[in-house]
Amino acid sequence: MMSGTDLVLAVEDLTVSFDGFKAVEGLNMYVDQDELRVVIGPNGAGKTTLLDMICGRTKPTAGSIRFKGKELTRMSEHAIVRTGVGRKFQNPSIYENLTVFENLELSYPESRGVWGCLAFRRKPELVGRVHEIAETILLQDRLEMEAGLLSHGQKQWLEIGMLLIQKPELLMLDEPVAGMSVREREQTAELLRHICKGRSVIVIEHDMDFVERIAHKVTVLHQGKVLAEGSMNRVKNDPRVIEVYIGH
Amino acid sequence: MNGLMELFGRRSGIVPLLILAALILVVLPLVLEPFRLNLVGKYLSFAFVAVGLVLLWGYGGVLSLGQGVFFGLGGYAMAMFLKLEASDPESTAIQTTPGIPDFMDWNQLTELPLFWVPFQSLTFALIAIVVVPAVFAWIIGTAMFKRRVGGVYFAIITQAVALILTILIVGQQGLTGGINGITDLRTLKGWDIRTEQAQYVLYYVCSILLIGSILVGKFVLDGKLGRLLLAMRDKEDRVRFSGYDVADFKIFVFCLAAVMSGVGGAMFTLQVGFMSPSFVGIVPSIEFVIFAAVGGRFSLIGAVYGALVVSWGKTMFSEAYPELWLFLMGALFISVVMFFPKGLAGLWETHGRRLRNILSRSKAPSPGQLVAPVPPGPERVSGSEGAALARGAVMAERRSE
Repeated sequence: MMSGTDLVLAVEDLTVSFDGFKAVEGLNMYVDQDELRVVIGPNGAGKTTLLDMICGRTKPTAGSIRFKGKELTRMSEHAIVRTGVGRKFQNPSIYENLTVFENLELSYPESRGVWGCLAFRRKPELVGRVHEIAETILLQDRLEMEAGLLSHGQKQWLEIGMLLIQKPELLMLDEPVAGMSVREREQTAELLRHICKGRSVIVIEHDMDFVERIAHKVTVLHQGKVLAEGSMNRVKNDPRVIEVYIGH
Repeated sequence: MNGLMELFGRRSGIVPLLILAALILVVLPLVLEPFRLNLVGKYLSFAFVAVGLVLLWGYGGVLSLGQGVFFGLGGYAMAMFLKLEASDPESTAIQTTPGIPDFMDWNQLTELPLFWVPFQSLTFALIAIVVVPAVFAWIIGTAMFKRRVGGVYFAIITQAVALILTILIVGQQGLTGGINGITDLRTLKGWDIRTEQAQYVLYYVCSILLIGSILVGKFVLDGKLGRLLLAMRDKEDRVRFSGYDVADFKIFVFCLAAVMSGVGGAMFTLQVGFMSPSFVGIVPSIEFVIFAAVGGRFSLIGAVYGALVVSWGKTMFSEAYPELWLFLMGALFISVVMFFPKGLAGLWETHGRRLRNILSRSKAPSPGQLVAPVPPGPERVSGSEGAALARGAVMAERRSE
């Protein structure tokens, strides 16, 4: 049902079961162009599993995921990335032994085949783009530093930068501020506001203050199903959400 | 000059390669008598496999315990051609069926098997030395890596493949020469390969091909593919979710390592004059891994020294105490893995650096020093030059720790 609206992602009747346990069940979710959606929910609600299915890491048992009208459920991970879906993992996932520059360079969307890599030459466009991204993620002074030596927060930013350089139309971030200092959180919120221009973003987050600061719309998951959806204000006052969060 | 500077900053510089080239191309041929030089030639043919393993195991993170398979495929392809040339109707006139290899005649074969026929052409044989290992590796690699089989499982499967191929060769005596292998090889296009002069020529061909293989390996590692392999070893998922098909890259290094092994096998056949299943199975495959481990599995050049030192040790030691050799080699492997995970190349890196520091203190600044003291400061150094400089600095820091 790819209607005339600006839907980027349509998740319908999505179900996955691990040995009979349904981590996600009959889930529906629609994300618009340029929307920043935050997914919240208690532990085990199926948030990360949902992202895993969108990016192809976990294959759903039933249901469909359409991205710009393309069915993702049968595509391999690298093919999904190439259609424009980027994924940040919960723990900073960067190449510790390479420099910041090289981390970004490897994420630049060209020469992704074996022969392309062998024939690869560093072009000025690439270098320019790397510098541009490095500035966005506040690492312009650290380009030649080995990425393993960055602070935890900087590693998280680097990974976000590695996704940005891919120019994804849908960016998924799993707990981007986990383990960050207060100041780093503020900077990250600023960064997110900046990068969601021109693309859709799905963020999983636990930190409610942070969610309030960035979210356009919030989806609350509980036991693999959508419990509530809407603006932060509406969701916060929804009795079922309060029940799930405080009730036990 | 700039290019030269860059090489100094890289993982394995040009100097160690020049030292190795001088050793095997000049020093050894001058000091060794022909018989010993031929032995070194044999060891160098093993070094091809070790160099391939550095790429595959050290950088690709994939341990294959079945590289003997590819060594054997290359070696047998060469041996089949040489055997056919040695089996012309005149020299095999006493056989029931003249004109076919002797072992076929002993096994009551009366006709050359179909898969032997194309090996009458040297061109075909030379192509087969490269293509057969590559295709075989591609098949195994695709079957394994596309299904995400890796680590210990991959190692065990390659070991099983080595065992199966050995059993196949031994069992099909009439087609392969069985346990004895293909022996009594004489000439290559009429040129007697058994003479001292021919052995010299073959030694040089082998050495130059080996240096060529190291350069190919260096080219691969210094480029984007090398950085990607490092990235894969560190965070495979991140690479996958950056839009790369990780399996393709593993298949590629596996094929490249296989081709190198195949060339090594062919050079072995030419220099030693026979090929047998004892260079295909599990034991030789593990020996190849030990060569790479002792030499240093992150060093293309170290692998050559590993192959030379361990093989030489084997020849010396097993002449005196043949039954103890296997135990000694096991102990060697364990101690290298436990105490010197970077092998000889690691020792060179730590102690060699100290030595060079002492030497350079009394002399003018060396190129190494020009690279080292660049701080990873905030000023922007553009492009690859900057990256190379920074890496030089970081490496220097690490080594001095």
